[in-house]
Amino acid sequence: MSEPAIALTGLGRAYGERWALRDLTLELGVGQTLVVFGPNGAGKSTLLRVLATLARPQAGEARVLGKLVPKQGWAVRAKLGFLAHDPLLYRDLTARENLTYHARLYGVKAQRIDELLEAVEMTKRADEPVRTLSRGMVQRMAVCRTVLHSPELLLLDEPVANLDPAATALVSSLVGPTSGTTRVVTSHDPVGGLEQADIALGLRDGRPVLLAPASEVSAADIGALYS
Amino acid sequence: MNAVRALLRKDLLLELRAKESVPAMALFSLTTFVIFHFALDRNTVAGSLASGVLWVTLLFAAILGINRLFVAEREQGGFDAFMLAPVDRTAMLIAKACALFIFLTIVELIAVPAFAFLLLEGSILPALPGLIAVLVLANIGIAVIGTLSSAIAVQTRARDLIAPLVALPLLVPLLIASARATQPLLLSGGALSVPTKWIAVLGLYDLVFALLSYAVFDFLLEE
Repeated sequence: MSEPAIALTGLGRAYGERWALRDLTLELGVGQTLVVFGPNGAGKSTLLRVLATLARPQAGEARVLGKLVPKQGWAVRAKLGFLAHDPLLYRDLTARENLTYHARLYGVKAQRIDELLEAVEMTKRADEPVRTLSRGMVQRMAVCRTVLHSPELLLLDEPVANLDPAATALVSSLVGPTSGTTRVVTSHDPVGGLEQADIALGLRDGRPVLLAPASEVSAADIGALYS
Repeated sequence: MNAVRALLRKDLLLELRAKESVPAMALFSLTTFVIFHFALDRNTVAGSLASGVLWVTLLFAAILGINRLFVAEREQGGFDAFMLAPVDRTAMLIAKACALFIFLTIVELIAVPAFAFLLLEGSILPALPGLIAVLVLANIGIAVIGTLSSAIAVQTRARDLIAPLVALPLLVPLLIASARATQPLLLSGGALSVPTKWIAVLGLYDLVFALLSYAVFDFLLEE
Protein backbone atom coordinates (compact mmCIF):
# COMPACT_ATOMS: atom_id res chain seq x y z
CA MET A 1 0.00 0.00 0.00
CA SER A 2 1.38 3.44 -0.92
CA GLU A 3 2.30 5.99 1.72
CA PRO A 4 -0.49 8.46 2.59
CA ALA A 5 -0.13 12.00 1.29
CA ILE A 6 -0.90 13.32 4.75
CA ALA A 7 -0.58 11.50 8.08
CA LEU A 8 -1.39 13.37 11.28
CA THR A 9 -1.01 11.87 14.75
CA GLY A 10 -2.34 13.75 17.80
CA LEU A 11 -1.60 17.05 16.07
CA GLY A 12 -1.92 20.18 18.19
CA ARG A 13 -1.08 23.83 17.78
CA ALA A 14 -1.56 26.62 20.33
CA TYR A 15 -1.37 30.41 20.11
CA GLY A 16 -0.34 31.55 23.57
CA GLU A 17 -2.40 29.51 26.00
CA ARG A 18 -5.26 28.86 23.57
CA TRP A 19 -5.20 25.64 21.56
CA ALA A 20 -6.24 26.48 18.00
CA LEU A 21 -5.99 22.82 17.01
CA ARG A 22 -5.66 19.68 19.15
CA ASP A 23 -5.80 15.89 19.11
CA LEU A 24 -6.14 15.56 15.35
CA THR A 25 -5.29 12.17 13.91
CA LEU A 26 -6.06 11.31 10.29
CA GLU A 27 -4.69 9.93 7.04
CA LEU A 28 -5.35 11.17 3.53
CA GLY A 29 -4.41 9.05 0.53
CA VAL A 30 -2.75 10.30 -2.63
CA GLY A 31 -5.29 11.84 -5.01
CA GLN A 32 -7.96 12.17 -2.31
CA THR A 33 -9.71 15.32 -1.14
CA LEU A 34 -10.15 16.22 2.53
CA VAL A 35 -12.73 18.93 3.12
CA VAL A 36 -12.53 20.70 6.46
CA PHE A 37 -15.66 22.29 7.87
CA GLY A 38 -16.14 24.39 10.97
CA PRO A 39 -17.18 27.82 12.17
CA ASN A 40 -14.75 30.77 12.23
CA GLY A 41 -11.91 30.15 14.67
CA ALA A 42 -12.42 26.37 14.61
CA GLY A 43 -8.80 25.74 13.54
CA LYS A 44 -9.19 25.22 9.77
CA SER A 45 -6.61 27.81 8.71
CA THR A 46 -4.24 26.70 11.47
CA LEU A 47 -4.38 23.14 10.11
CA LEU A 48 -3.52 24.40 6.62
CA ARG A 49 -0.62 26.50 7.95
CA VAL A 50 0.83 23.49 9.76
CA LEU A 51 0.54 21.36 6.61
CA ALA A 52 2.12 24.18 4.57
CA THR A 53 5.15 24.15 6.94
CA LEU A 54 4.37 27.73 8.02
CA ALA A 55 3.30 26.86 11.59
CA ARG A 56 5.10 24.52 13.94
CA PRO A 57 2.96 21.87 15.66
CA GLN A 58 3.26 21.92 19.44
CA ALA A 59 1.83 18.47 19.96
CA GLY A 60 1.81 15.30 17.90
CA GLU A 61 3.30 14.79 14.48
CA ALA A 62 2.51 15.80 10.92
CA ARG A 63 3.82 13.98 7.88
CA VAL A 64 3.22 15.58 4.51
CA LEU A 65 4.12 13.64 1.37
CA GLY A 66 6.09 11.31 3.60
CA LYS A 67 8.16 14.04 5.29
CA LEU A 68 7.96 15.27 8.85
CA VAL A 69 7.00 18.97 8.87
CA PRO A 70 8.26 21.51 9.47
CA LYS A 71 11.56 19.70 10.24
CA GLN A 72 11.89 18.31 6.70
CA GLY A 73 9.86 21.12 5.17
CA TRP A 74 12.59 21.89 2.63
CA ALA A 75 11.92 18.50 1.04
CA VAL A 76 8.22 19.12 0.39
CA ARG A 77 7.89 22.87 -0.20
CA ALA A 78 8.30 22.57 -3.96
CA LYS A 79 5.40 20.08 -4.00
CA LEU A 80 2.93 22.19 -2.00
CA GLY A 81 0.50 24.78 -3.31
CA PHE A 82 -1.01 26.94 -0.56
CA LEU A 83 -3.95 29.23 -1.26
CA ALA A 84 -4.41 31.28 1.90
CA HIS A 85 -6.99 33.91 2.85
CA ASP A 86 -4.32 36.47 1.98
CA PRO A 87 -3.50 36.22 -1.75
CA LEU A 88 0.27 36.55 -1.03
CA LEU A 89 0.63 39.03 -3.90
CA TYR A 90 2.30 42.45 -3.81
CA ARG A 91 -0.32 45.13 -4.40
CA ASP A 92 2.01 47.56 -6.17
CA LEU A 93 3.25 44.98 -8.68
CA THR A 94 1.22 43.89 -11.66
CA ALA A 95 -0.33 40.44 -11.75
CA ARG A 96 2.28 39.30 -14.28
CA GLU A 97 5.17 40.73 -12.23
CA ASN A 98 3.91 38.89 -9.17
CA LEU A 99 3.68 35.61 -11.04
CA THR A 100 7.10 36.17 -12.64
CA TYR A 101 8.58 36.68 -9.17
CA HIS A 102 7.06 33.42 -7.92
CA ALA A 103 8.03 31.59 -11.11
CA ARG A 104 11.66 32.58 -10.52
CA LEU A 105 11.54 31.37 -6.92
CA TYR A 106 10.21 27.99 -8.09
CA GLY A 107 12.30 27.76 -11.27
CA VAL A 108 9.19 27.73 -13.50
CA LYS A 109 9.34 28.87 -17.14
CA ALA A 110 7.57 32.09 -18.17
CA GLN A 111 5.41 30.19 -20.66
CA ARG A 112 3.51 28.64 -17.74
CA ILE A 113 2.45 32.14 -16.60
CA ASP A 114 0.81 32.84 -19.94
CA GLU A 115 -0.99 29.48 -19.86
CA LEU A 116 -2.40 30.18 -16.40
CA LEU A 117 -3.42 33.76 -17.20
CA GLU A 118 -5.25 32.40 -20.22
CA ALA A 119 -6.91 29.68 -18.13
CA VAL A 120 -8.37 32.19 -15.66
CA GLU A 121 -9.09 34.78 -18.40
CA MET A 122 -6.82 37.39 -16.87
CA THR A 123 -4.48 38.00 -19.81
CA LYS A 124 -5.95 41.44 -20.55
CA ARG A 125 -5.59 42.64 -16.97
CA ALA A 126 -2.24 40.96 -16.28
CA ASP A 127 -0.23 44.16 -16.65
CA GLU A 128 -2.24 46.19 -14.17
CA PRO A 129 -1.21 46.58 -10.51
CA VAL A 130 -2.89 44.07 -8.23
CA ARG A 131 -4.30 46.90 -6.08
CA THR A 132 -6.46 48.00 -9.03
CA LEU A 133 -8.06 44.57 -9.50
CA SER A 134 -11.35 43.46 -7.96
CA ARG A 135 -11.31 40.91 -5.11
CA GLY A 136 -12.47 38.18 -7.45
CA MET A 137 -9.70 38.94 -9.92
CA VAL A 138 -7.13 38.96 -7.12
CA GLN A 139 -8.44 35.56 -6.03
CA ARG A 140 -8.01 34.26 -9.59
CA MET A 141 -4.41 35.53 -9.56
CA ALA A 142 -3.86 33.88 -6.19
CA VAL A 143 -5.06 30.60 -7.68
CA CYS A 144 -2.53 31.05 -10.51
CA ARG A 145 0.21 31.63 -7.94
CA THR A 146 -0.84 28.50 -6.04
CA VAL A 147 -0.65 26.15 -9.04
CA LEU A 148 2.22 27.88 -10.86
CA HIS A 149 4.71 25.11 -10.01
CA SER A 150 2.21 22.24 -10.57
CA PRO A 151 2.14 21.11 -6.92
CA GLU A 152 1.30 17.56 -5.86
CA LEU A 153 -0.65 18.69 -2.80
CA LEU A 154 -3.05 21.64 -2.77
CA LEU A 155 -3.92 23.36 0.53
CA LEU A 156 -6.89 25.57 -0.21
CA ASP A 157 -8.46 27.97 2.27
CA GLU A 158 -11.93 28.69 0.89
CA PRO A 159 -10.68 28.72 -2.71
CA VAL A 160 -13.84 30.08 -4.30
CA ALA A 161 -14.38 32.91 -1.80
CA ASN A 162 -15.04 36.17 -3.72
CA LEU A 163 -15.57 34.30 -6.99
CA ASP A 164 -18.73 34.50 -9.09
CA PRO A 165 -20.05 31.26 -10.69
CA ALA A 166 -18.22 31.91 -13.97
CA ALA A 167 -14.90 32.52 -12.21
CA THR A 168 -15.50 29.47 -9.99
CA ALA A 169 -15.84 27.37 -13.14
CA LEU A 170 -12.62 28.89 -14.52
CA VAL A 171 -10.49 28.01 -11.49
CA SER A 172 -12.12 24.60 -11.06
CA SER A 173 -9.83 22.90 -13.57
CA LEU A 174 -6.82 24.26 -11.66
CA VAL A 175 -7.80 23.66 -8.04
CA GLY A 176 -11.14 21.84 -8.21
CA PRO A 177 -11.92 18.11 -7.95
CA THR A 178 -10.92 17.61 -11.59
CA SER A 179 -7.40 18.95 -11.01
CA GLY A 180 -6.30 15.41 -10.13
CA THR A 181 -4.16 16.47 -7.18
CA THR A 182 -4.40 15.60 -3.52
CA ARG A 183 -6.31 18.40 -1.84
CA VAL A 184 -7.13 19.77 1.59
CA VAL A 185 -9.94 22.30 1.24
CA THR A 186 -11.70 24.39 3.87
CA SER A 187 -15.33 25.18 3.21
CA HIS A 188 -18.49 26.57 4.79
CA ASP A 189 -20.70 25.03 2.09
CA PRO A 190 -22.06 21.65 3.33
CA VAL A 191 -23.51 20.53 -0.02
CA GLY A 192 -20.73 21.78 -2.33
CA GLY A 193 -18.06 20.73 0.13
CA LEU A 194 -19.32 17.18 0.56
CA GLU A 195 -19.74 16.76 -3.21
CA GLN A 196 -16.01 17.12 -3.76
CA ALA A 197 -14.81 15.39 -0.56
CA ASP A 198 -13.46 11.90 -0.06
CA ILE A 199 -13.08 12.54 3.66
CA ALA A 200 -14.96 15.14 5.70
CA LEU A 201 -13.46 16.69 8.82
CA GLY A 202 -15.47 18.88 11.17
CA LEU A 203 -13.66 21.09 13.64
CA ARG A 204 -15.05 23.01 16.57
CA ASP A 205 -12.88 24.97 19.02
CA GLY A 206 -9.83 23.30 17.51
CA ARG A 207 -11.05 19.76 18.19
CA PRO A 208 -12.09 17.22 15.55
CA VAL A 209 -15.76 16.48 16.23
CA LEU A 210 -16.46 14.75 12.92
CA LEU A 211 -14.12 12.65 10.80
CA ALA A 212 -15.61 10.21 8.33
CA PRO A 213 -15.76 9.25 4.65
CA ALA A 214 -17.82 11.91 2.91
CA SER A 215 -20.30 9.30 1.69
CA GLU A 216 -21.28 8.67 5.32
CA VAL A 217 -21.78 12.34 6.20
CA SER A 218 -24.90 14.40 5.47
CA ALA A 219 -25.27 18.14 5.00
CA ALA A 220 -27.25 18.14 8.25
CA ASP A 221 -24.21 16.71 10.09
CA ILE A 222 -22.13 19.58 8.76
CA GLY A 223 -24.84 22.10 9.58
CA ALA A 224 -24.79 20.89 13.19
CA LEU A 225 -21.18 22.07 13.49
CA TYR A 226 -22.37 25.65 13.12
CA SER A 227 -25.29 25.49 15.50
CA MET B 1 21.52 33.07 -6.77
CA ASN B 2 18.32 32.89 -8.84
CA ALA B 3 16.28 33.47 -5.69
CA VAL B 4 18.46 36.44 -4.69
CA ARG B 5 18.01 37.96 -8.14
CA ALA B 6 14.24 37.39 -8.05
CA LEU B 7 13.93 38.97 -4.60
CA LEU B 8 16.18 41.92 -5.41
CA ARG B 9 14.41 42.61 -8.69
CA LYS B 10 11.06 42.49 -6.87
CA ASP B 11 12.28 44.88 -4.13
CA LEU B 12 13.63 47.39 -6.66
CA LEU B 13 10.38 47.20 -8.66
CA LEU B 14 8.34 47.77 -5.50
CA GLU B 15 10.43 50.82 -4.59
CA LEU B 16 10.14 52.14 -8.13
CA ARG B 17 6.34 51.82 -7.95
CA ALA B 18 5.63 52.80 -4.36
CA LYS B 19 8.54 55.23 -3.82
CA GLU B 20 8.34 54.69 -0.07
CA SER B 21 12.00 54.68 0.97
CA VAL B 22 14.49 56.47 -1.27
CA PRO B 23 12.61 59.79 -1.69
CA ALA B 24 12.02 60.00 2.07
CA MET B 25 15.65 59.20 2.84
CA ALA B 26 16.94 61.75 0.31
CA LEU B 27 14.55 64.47 1.46
CA PHE B 28 15.48 63.85 5.09
CA SER B 29 19.19 64.20 4.26
CA LEU B 30 18.69 67.45 2.32
CA THR B 31 16.49 68.93 5.04
CA THR B 32 18.98 67.99 7.76
CA PHE B 33 21.88 69.61 5.88
CA VAL B 34 19.83 72.80 5.51
CA ILE B 35 19.06 72.70 9.25
CA PHE B 36 22.75 72.23 10.10
CA HIS B 37 23.64 75.07 7.73
CA PHE B 38 21.51 77.48 9.77
CA ALA B 39 21.74 75.89 13.23
CA LEU B 40 25.56 75.88 13.33
CA ASP B 41 25.48 79.58 12.48
CA ARG B 42 28.40 79.36 10.09
CA ASN B 43 28.72 79.16 6.34
CA THR B 44 31.11 76.25 6.20
CA VAL B 45 32.30 73.32 8.29
CA ALA B 46 35.44 71.24 8.00
CA GLY B 47 37.36 68.34 9.53
CA SER B 48 35.73 66.39 12.33
CA LEU B 49 32.63 68.62 12.48
CA ALA B 50 31.95 68.18 8.76
CA SER B 51 32.54 64.45 9.01
CA GLY B 52 30.21 64.17 12.00
CA VAL B 53 27.45 66.16 10.29
CA LEU B 54 27.71 64.00 7.17
CA TRP B 55 27.66 60.63 8.94
CA VAL B 56 25.00 61.39 11.53
CA THR B 57 22.72 62.63 8.75
CA LEU B 58 23.36 59.60 6.52
CA LEU B 59 22.88 57.23 9.44
CA PHE B 60 19.51 58.67 10.45
CA ALA B 61 18.42 58.74 6.80
CA ALA B 62 19.35 55.07 6.61
CA ILE B 63 17.08 54.34 9.58
CA LEU B 64 14.10 55.50 7.48
CA GLY B 65 14.94 52.89 4.85
CA ILE B 66 15.64 50.22 7.47
CA ASN B 67 12.20 50.77 9.00
CA ARG B 68 10.49 50.14 5.65
CA LEU B 69 12.67 47.25 4.44
CA PHE B 70 10.35 44.37 5.39
CA VAL B 71 7.01 46.18 5.55
CA ALA B 72 5.73 44.82 2.22
CA GLU B 73 6.71 41.29 3.26
CA ARG B 74 4.82 41.65 6.52
CA GLU B 75 1.73 43.45 5.28
CA GLN B 76 1.27 41.74 1.92
CA GLY B 77 2.12 38.15 2.77
CA GLY B 78 5.61 38.26 1.27
CA PHE B 79 7.09 36.37 4.22
CA ASP B 80 4.64 33.47 3.84
CA ALA B 81 5.11 33.34 0.08
CA PHE B 82 8.89 33.28 0.51
CA MET B 83 8.77 30.68 3.29
CA LEU B 84 6.68 28.42 1.05
CA ALA B 85 9.23 28.54 -1.75
CA PRO B 86 11.93 25.88 -2.04
CA VAL B 87 14.81 28.33 -1.67
CA ASP B 88 17.56 28.99 0.87
CA ARG B 89 16.29 31.53 3.39
CA THR B 90 19.54 33.46 3.44
CA ALA B 91 18.60 34.52 -0.10
CA MET B 92 16.32 37.05 1.57
CA LEU B 93 19.15 38.42 3.75
CA ILE B 94 21.40 38.89 0.74
CA ALA B 95 18.67 40.41 -1.45
CA LYS B 96 17.42 42.80 1.25
CA ALA B 97 20.98 43.90 2.11
CA CYS B 98 21.69 44.50 -1.60
CA ALA B 99 18.45 46.49 -1.94
CA LEU B 100 19.32 48.65 1.09
CA PHE B 101 22.86 49.14 -0.25
CA ILE B 102 21.42 50.38 -3.56
CA PHE B 103 18.96 52.69 -1.76
CA LEU B 104 21.80 54.17 0.32
CA THR B 105 23.97 54.68 -2.75
CA ILE B 106 21.19 56.52 -4.59
CA VAL B 107 20.56 58.72 -1.54
CA GLU B 108 24.26 59.52 -1.24
CA LEU B 109 24.44 60.50 -4.92
CA ILE B 110 21.99 63.26 -3.99
CA ALA B 111 23.01 63.97 -0.39
CA VAL B 112 26.79 64.23 -0.72
CA PRO B 113 26.76 66.95 -3.43
CA ALA B 114 24.11 68.80 -1.41
CA PHE B 115 26.31 68.51 1.69
CA ALA B 116 29.28 69.88 -0.22
CA PHE B 117 27.21 72.74 -1.64
CA LEU B 118 25.59 73.75 1.66
CA LEU B 119 28.34 73.10 4.19
CA LEU B 120 31.82 72.75 2.63
CA GLU B 121 34.16 75.61 1.78
CA GLY B 122 36.09 74.22 -1.15
CA SER B 123 35.44 71.59 -3.78
CA ILE B 124 34.76 68.04 -2.67
CA LEU B 125 36.34 66.59 -5.82
CA PRO B 126 39.86 65.99 -4.34
CA ALA B 127 38.27 64.07 -1.47
CA LEU B 128 35.98 62.03 -3.70
CA PRO B 129 38.05 58.84 -4.31
CA GLY B 130 38.68 58.36 -0.61
CA LEU B 131 35.13 59.34 0.31
CA ILE B 132 33.68 56.82 -2.15
CA ALA B 133 35.76 54.04 -0.59
CA VAL B 134 34.51 54.97 2.90
CA LEU B 135 30.91 55.30 1.71
CA VAL B 136 30.97 51.88 0.03
CA LEU B 137 32.39 50.14 3.11
CA ALA B 138 29.99 51.98 5.44
CA ASN B 139 27.02 51.18 3.18
CA ILE B 140 27.84 47.48 3.32
CA GLY B 141 27.83 47.59 7.12
CA ILE B 142 24.64 49.65 7.33
CA ALA B 143 22.94 47.34 4.80
CA VAL B 144 23.84 44.19 6.73
CA ILE B 145 23.01 45.56 10.20
CA GLY B 146 19.93 47.30 8.81
CA THR B 147 18.58 44.09 7.30
CA LEU B 148 19.19 42.18 10.51
CA SER B 149 17.56 44.88 12.69
CA SER B 150 14.63 45.29 10.34
CA ALA B 151 13.99 41.54 10.27
CA ILE B 152 13.90 41.55 14.09
CA ALA B 153 11.77 44.70 14.34
CA VAL B 154 9.18 43.74 11.73
CA GLN B 155 8.03 40.82 13.89
CA THR B 156 7.07 43.26 16.67
CA ARG B 157 4.17 45.68 16.95
CA ALA B 158 6.36 48.74 17.56
CA ARG B 159 8.65 48.09 14.61
CA ASP B 160 9.32 51.82 13.96
CA LEU B 161 10.77 52.09 17.47
CA ILE B 162 12.48 48.73 17.66
CA ALA B 163 14.47 49.01 14.41
CA PRO B 164 16.47 52.12 15.45
CA LEU B 165 16.82 50.81 19.01
CA VAL B 166 18.42 47.63 17.68
CA ALA B 167 20.33 49.14 14.78
CA LEU B 168 21.84 52.32 16.24
CA PRO B 169 23.89 50.74 19.06
CA LEU B 170 25.23 48.15 16.60
CA LEU B 171 26.11 50.93 14.14
CA VAL B 172 28.08 53.05 16.64
CA PRO B 173 31.44 51.38 15.80
CA LEU B 174 30.70 51.89 12.10
CA LEU B 175 29.84 55.55 12.71
CA ILE B 176 33.09 56.11 14.62
CA ALA B 177 35.20 54.41 11.95
CA SER B 178 33.43 56.19 9.07
CA ALA B 179 33.69 59.61 10.73
CA ARG B 180 37.37 59.12 11.60
CA ALA B 181 38.14 57.89 8.08
CA THR B 182 36.32 60.84 6.50
CA GLN B 183 37.72 63.57 8.78
CA PRO B 184 41.09 64.06 6.97
CA LEU B 185 39.27 64.18 3.63
CA LEU B 186 37.25 67.21 4.68
CA LEU B 187 39.96 69.42 6.20
CA SER B 188 39.75 73.07 5.21
CA GLY B 189 43.37 73.10 3.95
CA GLY B 190 42.66 70.33 1.43
CA ALA B 191 42.06 66.60 1.49
CA LEU B 192 44.62 64.26 3.00
CA SER B 193 44.63 60.52 2.33
CA VAL B 194 42.22 58.17 4.08
CA PRO B 195 43.73 56.56 7.21
CA THR B 196 44.11 52.87 6.37
CA LYS B 197 43.53 51.92 10.00
CA TRP B 198 39.91 53.06 9.86
CA ILE B 199 39.35 51.52 6.45
CA ALA B 200 40.56 48.22 7.89
CA VAL B 201 38.21 48.63 10.87
CA LEU B 202 35.28 49.20 8.49
CA GLY B 203 36.23 46.16 6.42
CA LEU B 204 36.53 43.98 9.50
CA TYR B 205 33.22 45.26 10.88
CA ASP B 206 31.50 44.43 7.58
CA LEU B 207 32.97 40.94 7.53
CA VAL B 208 32.09 40.12 11.15
CA PHE B 209 28.49 41.31 10.89
CA ALA B 210 27.96 39.71 7.47
CA LEU B 211 28.99 36.34 8.94
CA LEU B 212 26.92 36.91 12.08
CA SER B 213 23.84 37.85 10.05
CA TYR B 214 24.30 34.81 7.82
CA ALA B 215 24.41 32.61 10.91
CA VAL B 216 21.28 33.95 12.62
CA PHE B 217 18.99 35.05 9.78
CA ASP B 218 17.35 31.64 9.34
CA PHE B 219 16.20 31.71 12.97
CA LEU B 220 14.74 35.20 12.59
CA LEU B 221 12.43 34.00 9.83
CA GLU B 222 11.26 31.04 11.89
CA GLU B 223 7.84 31.42 13.41
